[in-house]
Amino acid sequence: MMGIYWNSFAEFLAMGHHGIYVWGAVGVMALAMILEPLLLVRGQKALVARLQSQFRAESRDNSGDRRADRPFHSEGQH
Amino acid sequence: MPGTSINWYRFASPQAFYPLAGRMIPWFWALAAVFGVAGLYLGFLVAPTDAQQGEGYRIIFLHVPASWMSMFIYLVMAFWAGLGLAFNFRLSAMMATALAPTGALFAFLSLWTGALWGKPMWGTWWVWDARLTSELILLFLYVGFIALQSAIDDPRRADKAGAILALVGVVNIPIIYFSVKWWNTLHQGSSVSLTKSPSMATTMLWGMLLCALACWMYAIAVALMRVRMIVLERERQTEWVREVLRGGESA
Repeated sequence: MMGIYWNSFAEFLAMGHHGIYVWGAVGVMALAMILEPLLLVRGQKALVARLQSQFRAESRDNSGDRRADRPFHSEGQH
Repeated sequence: MPGTSINWYRFASPQAFYPLAGRMIPWFWALAAVFGVAGLYLGFLVAPTDAQQGEGYRIIFLHVPASWMSMFIYLVMAFWAGLGLAFNFRLSAMMATALAPTGALFAFLSLWTGALWGKPMWGTWWVWDARLTSELILLFLYVGFIALQSAIDDPRRADKAGAILALVGVVNIPIIYFSVKWWNTLHQGSSVSLTKSPSMATTMLWGMLLCALACWMYAIAVALMRVRMIVLERERQTEWVREVLRGGESA
């Protein structure tokens, strides 16, 4: 009962003349379910980097370093 | 068991939830992979052909899980949105926002795989049948929720407006689910019913259920990833976010 149903790989690919429909469904679903997490990983990294550089800039400003090239808080604080 | 009870409410605070979610994500990925491999193996390699539909029926192993998830995620999203609206829980509103894109993706995949199944079986990619039309409306509800929330700058107001839209849209879910019973549709009836024994071969049923479980685990993993981003973004003024990012959080 748990044996492979197909006799050959070609038969598996052909899906009884429904190959284009079956593989079109598989391909798009696989693509979507790979892209979504990849984009999220990239987004998280970008967000962490942005917040970290923002915090660094703020702590420079707050530490009394008046040589900092920005006189005021940036990035919409308060 | 007295003395061992965990204070679950603690995890309702974004501060406690953020690291917990980070630790849970790999486990949900692992479960999604195991269920996915097992389900696709049964569905695409072991399950016999369908007497009426030939091999094209194998789209069922993608189409049914995607459709179930599109409806289920909407209910969960509306639940969290409603909770946020009623009790002003910050985290539950963020959860609703995090679920919407994944729900929209599954609604799209349901329509896409359905069109590719409809063409060889019915001879058409699309009909304005009750089941198909109500699923399309579900996709629009997700897109509307996302668009509405991103159009409002104040996050708390965006949460409220989105929650109302999400709750009103819940009425569409039973319409989708029962459409094949209520109306004479081209779409076939349910493959799996809670009240009668399934009309399909055991391997087909298991393949489908395992694929559905894989999609479920996938949806949880992805939603947790997204809600962590929303938490960081919205709580960026707090000391704990600085603490977490100073602690060398890199991913």
